[in-house]
Amino acid sequence: MTEPSIPISPIFGRLTLAALPLHEPILVVTFIAVALGGAAVVGALTYFRLWGYLWREWFTSVDHKKIGIMYMVLGLVMLLRGFSDALMMRLQQAIAFGGSDGYLPAHHYDQVFTAHGVIMIFFVAMPFVTGLMNYVVPLQIGARDVSFPFLNNFSFWMTTAGAIIVMMSLFIGEFAQTGWLAFPPLSGLGASPYVGVDYYIWALQVAGVGTTLSGINLVCTIIKMRAPGMSLMKMPVFTWTSLCTNILIVASFPVLTAVLALLGLDRYVGTNFFTNDFGGNPMMYVNLIWIWGHPEVYILILPLFGVFSEVTATFSGKKLFGYTSMVYATVVITILSYLVWLHHFFTMGSGASVNSFFGITTMIISIPTGAKIFNWLFTMYRGRIRFELPMMWTVAFMLTFVIGGMTGVLLAVPPADFVLHNSLFLIAHFHNVIIGGVLFGLFAAIAYWWPKAFGFKLDPFWGHVSFWCWVVGFWFAFAPLYVLGLMGVTRRMRVFDDPSLQIWFVIAAFGAVLIACGIAAFLIQIAVSILRRDSLRDETGDPWGGRTLEWATSSPPPDYNFAFTPVIHDNDAWADMKKRGYERPLTGFRPIHMPANTGTGVILSGLSIGLAFGLIWYIWWLAGLSFLGILAVSIAHTFNYHRDFHIPADEVSRTEAERTARLAAGVPA
Amino acid sequence: MSAVTHGVADPVRFHLAEEPHHPDGGSTMLGFWIYLMSDCLIFAILFASYGVIGGNYAAGPAPKDLFELPLVAVNTSFLLLSSITYGFAMLEMARNRQGATLAWLAVTGLFGLGFLSIELYEFAHLIAEGATPQRSGFLSAFFTLVGTHGLHVTFGTIWLVTLMVQVSRHGLIEANRRRLMCLSMFWHFLDVIWIGVFTFVYLLGVLR
Amino acid sequence: MSAATTHEANQGGRHDHPGHGEHANHGHDEPAHGTLGSYLWGFGLSVLLTAIPFALVMADTGLSARLVGFLIVALAAVQVVVHMIFFLHMNPRSEGGWTALALVFTLIVVVITLSGTLWVMYHLNANMMPVHSMSDGL
Repeated sequence: MTEPSIPISPIFGRLTLAALPLHEPILVVTFIAVALGGAAVVGALTYFRLWGYLWREWFTSVDHKKIGIMYMVLGLVMLLRGFSDALMMRLQQAIAFGGSDGYLPAHHYDQVFTAHGVIMIFFVAMPFVTGLMNYVVPLQIGARDVSFPFLNNFSFWMTTAGAIIVMMSLFIGEFAQTGWLAFPPLSGLGASPYVGVDYYIWALQVAGVGTTLSGINLVCTIIKMRAPGMSLMKMPVFTWTSLCTNILIVASFPVLTAVLALLGLDRYVGTNFFTNDFGGNPMMYVNLIWIWGHPEVYILILPLFGVFSEVTATFSGKKLFGYTSMVYATVVITILSYLVWLHHFFTMGSGASVNSFFGITTMIISIPTGAKIFNWLFTMYRGRIRFELPMMWTVAFMLTFVIGGMTGVLLAVPPADFVLHNSLFLIAHFHNVIIGGVLFGLFAAIAYWWPKAFGFKLDPFWGHVSFWCWVVGFWFAFAPLYVLGLMGVTRRMRVFDDPSLQIWFVIAAFGAVLIACGIAAFLIQIAVSILRRDSLRDETGDPWGGRTLEWATSSPPPDYNFAFTPVIHDNDAWADMKKRGYERPLTGFRPIHMPANTGTGVILSGLSIGLAFGLIWYIWWLAGLSFLGILAVSIAHTFNYHRDFHIPADEVSRTEAERTARLAAGVPA
Repeated sequence: MSAVTHGVADPVRFHLAEEPHHPDGGSTMLGFWIYLMSDCLIFAILFASYGVIGGNYAAGPAPKDLFELPLVAVNTSFLLLSSITYGFAMLEMARNRQGATLAWLAVTGLFGLGFLSIELYEFAHLIAEGATPQRSGFLSAFFTLVGTHGLHVTFGTIWLVTLMVQVSRHGLIEANRRRLMCLSMFWHFLDVIWIGVFTFVYLLGVLR
Repeated sequence: MSAATTHEANQGGRHDHPGHGEHANHGHDEPAHGTLGSYLWGFGLSVLLTAIPFALVMADTGLSARLVGFLIVALAAVQVVVHMIFFLHMNPRSEGGWTALALVFTLIVVVITLSGTLWVMYHLNANMMPVHSMSDGL
């Protein structure tokens, strides 16, 4: 695949027709499927004249709710891509025995496992988590929007641009074959001369801008925009975990940006940061990137800890047990997550003192996490538990995550890590915590907040199908990897010699197929719910007997979220309001000050794709023009001083009157 | 909390009757500060890599052979002067004197340009001597750290010019004041980073 | 939000966490501007704190390199504080203490990152480098 020394044309850089993977039947078929699907979507949008609507109401929207939903859609689309990579790997490993080469050539297989990791972390988990925080946090704190609404839109589009760049690599050129963190010297120009690693670098840099800015935005929102009366210790737990998550984002993504920039300099300029000669040091890359990498793990899981807290309290019908300890545990995890990064490379040779320090800090971090588990259990204890879908996901999480956590503590012991490092045991461990924690949490969150976002519940039958396929499929897929890891099988292998191992890979592949059914059932669940929306409708805005502020407003919430800024007296604000006989105000509405939509974010993101594409393919004129374009558009944007408008009072009255009518019609008793 | 829960007679309010006045851009200064903190981490990584590989000369030139401290001293004074002149601009802004504000901003910009010119001269000189970024780990880390600071100053200067145009068009309105204060933080922040650069890279380098 | 409405809000519950109450009470918390005096003080101190380390290194003081190194790092630390106070107008109260908190957190992370990296890389170099390549160039 590596085309050595292609002449660089001044117009097309190193992009030639040979970059199109026409010789790879799998990719050609995929491309045809994607092209047909894409054409169908574009055709449908054009036929139903939806482009204008999408542009005005969604793409240019600065409404945190719409941006949140768009993040979720992005995450879902990329989940399909990332999961097909997983299926391909499982199939390859299940059949590549006894002299068989499987069906994936090495360079393709290597791209598949790299893309799987990159996509699942950066373009599935991150958009899901960011979208969730975007949607829920302003509602939970009684705000009208985030602190910087335009920046929010821009962040979303930069994340999307990163995803588009990764997707482009599927059909134009190649993706990295280095593993998801692209360690040098393998990712250096010598070992990876073609475009794969460049796609990797620029996709993550572009998306990283979006992630960092959205982190700053949400930190500011939580600090500055809380409704009066909501002191820090009255914030809902999800808001607390979001605050800590975004602090982690702000304080760790710059590290990733810097490290990837240095790797980029090595590749583009020929510097010697991570080279093997001229004073470079590849081990420094491993060290630096894990300084970002470990906090990243907590960026993914902390918001979901918040989700489980909300869900457990709501469906147990009780106040959360140990609110204060939950908050402190979150803060402690935030700080400790910066002190454990070396456990990712115990075997690189740091010696006993360093390894013991980081092994011990790693074990310490399981203490606050364990405290959280106990808090959830005690919340459920003697509660009136309703096993609705979100609660089922939460229970599945607790059972699954505890085991994943314990295998993590095993790996935290340096001598054990010397045995298990880079084995499938590690793969099983981190899928156990990421699927069992992050993904289960996301499904809980989607089932929990879907009625808030769209005004109707998700269909429970298909939800149950999805749930059982996922949970059972997960154990079928990853329990064999624990076994294989203990037998010494290393990760990222394409073919195997020992035929006795095959059965385990077949079981794992079966598990992956079950998970595929789970994903399909989830999509069916969404479709069925939309079709049956009238029978699933919730007019109250509070379908679960919620406890926090987002359930006080209508479902879906109006653009302005709350007609009047709420005043908070208790950390379960809405439960408190209900208990004390809160009456919805019906008169006295005022005009509401709101931010205006703008297309600048879309334009800047498009130009960033141009810049990245130019840099990846050495098309210097394109890169230069795009860069100047970014500069010009950004500066021009600052000349626009009119970025807001007022929703007139009578429009607010009308919206609220409609809700009053709906509430009156829907009240059962 | 308990005091309220039991006080049933107490009319508890659950919303504000009036729309609260959120001053426009009330989060901007805090948001910008947090951005600066994240930028600070980028520099931390660059300093860390300089710390790790800054001594790897690969049989090439060492700091002692390359750095000209008088030049660095001039450069440092330019940046320091630009900090105080930016301060003067902010003082004039507080007194609502547009012309004087713009004048001090212009002086600041000129010092910034002076700083950049000297830095470019230094880089060109080093490269001409064969001390290129590709020569050794030390030089890679040196050019990247100092160059990243220089890039920040460049963007600061572009931003400064943009703001001067905006102030001269719209006057010292609230939005422009906020922007000037953000740039002020950015500018002073770069000066703080430069303290680290001249101490750890130049002075300690020559001592080594 | 205006001070009056916040006051109403707080009547209900016990007085809120100081951090939040503070921000709520400053409807328009203008960041400190500094005065001519403070800027000049800051500038004077900075000039001094810059000139001394340059002089220590450039002039032949006869002090040991180690001592000079220690001194200039200490002076740099002082100068950073001077800039923070006089130019960046840091104080523990601005924005309800959040800027100071952000700074402290960042400093903790920076210290962890820098010292951790140097510590780890030192050990890796000591353990993993071929013995000869450190000293004899290439």
